[in-house]
Amino acid sequence: MVALFFLPAVIVGAETPKEALVLLKSVGREGAGNEAAARAWKEVVAQGPSVLPAILQAMDDADSASANWLRTAGDAIVDRALSKSRSLPSGALEQFVRQSRHNGAARRLAYEWLCRIDAKTPDRFLPGMLQDPSPELRRDAVAAVLKQARSELDKGHKDAARASYRRALTGACDKDQVDTIAKELDKLGSKIDVAAHFGFVRHWLLAAPFDNHNEAGFNVVYPPEKSLDPTKSLNPMAVFKGKDGKEVRWTAATTVDRYGMVNLNKELGKQQGVVAYALAAIESPKERPIQIRVGSLNAIKIFLNGKEIFSREEYHHGIDMDQYIASATLKAGRNELLLKVCQNEQKEEWAQEWGFQLRLCDAVGAAIPFSVIQSKIHTQTHKSAKEERN
Amino acid sequence: MNHIPLVPTLRVGTHVGRLCVPSREKTERDAERRLFPFPRGAWERGGGLLGFVAFFALWQVSPIQAGDWPQFRGLGGTAVSDEKGLPTKWSVTENVRWKVGLPGGVSSPVVAGDRVYVTAASAFRQRRLHVFSFDAATGEKKWERQLAATGSTQCHPKTSMAAPTPVTDGRHVYALFATGDLAAFNREGDLLWYRALQRDYPDITNQVGMAASPVLAGDTLLLPLENAGDSFALGVDVKTGRNRWKAPRRREINWVTPTVMRFRGRTAALFQTSGEITAYDTDSGEVLWSFKNNKLGSVPSPALVDDLIIAPGTPSIALRILGNGNPEVVWTSRRLKAAYASPVVYQGRIYAMTDIGIACLDSATGEEIWRERLGHGFSASPIIADGKLYIAKEEGDTSVVELGDKPKILANNDLKETLLATPAIANGAIYLRTEKHLYCIAGKK
Repeated sequence: MVALFFLPAVIVGAETPKEALVLLKSVGREGAGNEAAARAWKEVVAQGPSVLPAILQAMDDADSASANWLRTAGDAIVDRALSKSRSLPSGALEQFVRQSRHNGAARRLAYEWLCRIDAKTPDRFLPGMLQDPSPELRRDAVAAVLKQARSELDKGHKDAARASYRRALTGACDKDQVDTIAKELDKLGSKIDVAAHFGFVRHWLLAAPFDNHNEAGFNVVYPPEKSLDPTKSLNPMAVFKGKDGKEVRWTAATTVDRYGMVNLNKELGKQQGVVAYALAAIESPKERPIQIRVGSLNAIKIFLNGKEIFSREEYHHGIDMDQYIASATLKAGRNELLLKVCQNEQKEEWAQEWGFQLRLCDAVGAAIPFSVIQSKIHTQTHKSAKEERN
Repeated sequence: MNHIPLVPTLRVGTHVGRLCVPSREKTERDAERRLFPFPRGAWERGGGLLGFVAFFALWQVSPIQAGDWPQFRGLGGTAVSDEKGLPTKWSVTENVRWKVGLPGGVSSPVVAGDRVYVTAASAFRQRRLHVFSFDAATGEKKWERQLAATGSTQCHPKTSMAAPTPVTDGRHVYALFATGDLAAFNREGDLLWYRALQRDYPDITNQVGMAASPVLAGDTLLLPLENAGDSFALGVDVKTGRNRWKAPRRREINWVTPTVMRFRGRTAALFQTSGEITAYDTDSGEVLWSFKNNKLGSVPSPALVDDLIIAPGTPSIALRILGNGNPEVVWTSRRLKAAYASPVVYQGRIYAMTDIGIACLDSATGEEIWRERLGHGFSASPIIADGKLYIAKEEGDTSVVELGDKPKILANNDLKETLLATPAIANGAIYLRTEKHLYCIAGKK
């Protein structure tokens, strides 16, 4: 591990700092390793500022729990050093922040330590961080450009402001920032496709209804799930037996919602105690790790290429963009994405919504390049819709 | 401030309970008398709080003092303080001993000795969690520790990832967040242990936001983790953060902070949902008794009066545990309805928020004695000190009501900020956590 070469060679008690950092990274489930980690934490903190670069590097491959052990140790060292007017290894910290191969949260932490000793730190770093892989650093970089755009707007420099908003958009991944940019660009006569910017999947095939009486359907493997096979594609022409013996076929649905929301009540007719499946064939130019981010008021399961990768059985407790995040790997070429969306039978007015939004992005939240392979059903649906309009 | 001398402790085998040394008694009755060294029902009467502190101190073995406010709704969750001479009037500038800025959060401050602890959440989607320690007298920040949220941060806009109130035994502070992040620090801010509970149990989250607070029972930290996905109560060893026990709970979103009581020589924790109230042995997680009722509340905590358990609901129910261990309904009251705020018991009377004010009921019968209009928007629970009710309202004002056979509104003190957190009282001061600040309200020294 590269990180360990940077450790001071001082031996503390029975353990070296190197061993202490290993212990901080060894905490397991349900508090396993906490006692050893607590001792190690004190030993690491006792090392003082010289151990900060090693702490940061240890965060590179630490899991989320270990990362918090390391974070608090680093913060404690910085607090105590600054209270005694001791200096921090600012050169090493600066270098760490600039190396984007390191863990984003660790780089952000180093950046925050630098901000504590030098108020001009943001000016040095943020202008080059619009595409940074650390979500927090990138967010601040976008915020800095937004501030600049606002200033230009206030001075009446519309072209400059438009260019700044466009530049901010290249880095913006968070909904509040994108919304601000879209609103301001709209006022400046420049529209953006928000759904495309976020990577929402807008074209789907839907199959419903299957039974979810008494919320029992969540764990029932209905035919669309049953036919999942990692080696084969789902047949969009398949016919299933649904709720009450009803014949169920895939039908096409396309959302034009700004945030990719698919309203199943609208697409399938208002129903309760039912399960719907949504299928999309995703074409990816290359194999890549992705995040599948879903928002829904309903209980959901996500399947990618025949495997279940996420489930949440919770109804009508709130919806937000990106509320559920599943990590997966998209293979090069065709991928099959299947979403199970369960509606229960609550009677309250606020419990009638049935729908979802789903987007494909990287770990920062930036849309990945993909396309939805449209089937014959999409074509037929579009044709029927056109005929109906005529 | 009343200081309670502490006693040495003794471990008995692997049992985590503590006994008094040197006057060690062996019978259960005597042990209970020492552990609960005041007449039943005394502690909820104003003058009996000292007794509760003794009880708390004996099995908690901590430097907690009578004037402290160590958990959600103070010592034992009674929401009653022995403090006197508190201000009845204040404003953004009047009677403000100190004021510090805080990131967002709706958790209450807790106070032990010269320290105030409070949690907060910040950053986009509340991904950053904070634990603060302030000097109680001056507001000087003694330390701050930050955690990166490891669980879901989805919640209703009114609540926060910093909704559960931390708990302290005077030497340590235990902070739980709605993300499932749980950390123990000592007075100096050293991390003693840490758990990422949503990593251990991915479904202990809900989309409204967990908000029930952890409480201490001896060496066990009690965690209410009741959700629609996965739902259980957890008893955690305060020294290591590891599980002592895990008891399945009704799968339902719930926000009730448990109440600790004595039951046949054992320490029991009452966990309430909208379908039942169940007593668990705090050492083992064993179910001691359970009472089912589908009209109980899912937010306010139960209160204790003499041998009665007041379970808030619609209607609220007063329960007495019979000799056979089963609970019996003593009275029900539709005048006492479960909302957000928990009822408070003082000198034999129950005070509970209504939609538009406060109601006072006779604890023996459930009969209403009086009610008073105070406005609306009561997220915080009412608290009592020096014969006065302090009722914080969402719009930022706190009503001070003098108690008696007829209530008298002494003041409405407006801090002009959203105020959802239940106040704390300690050190002759009132600690109010608003949307953006922590206030220490106190008269001039």
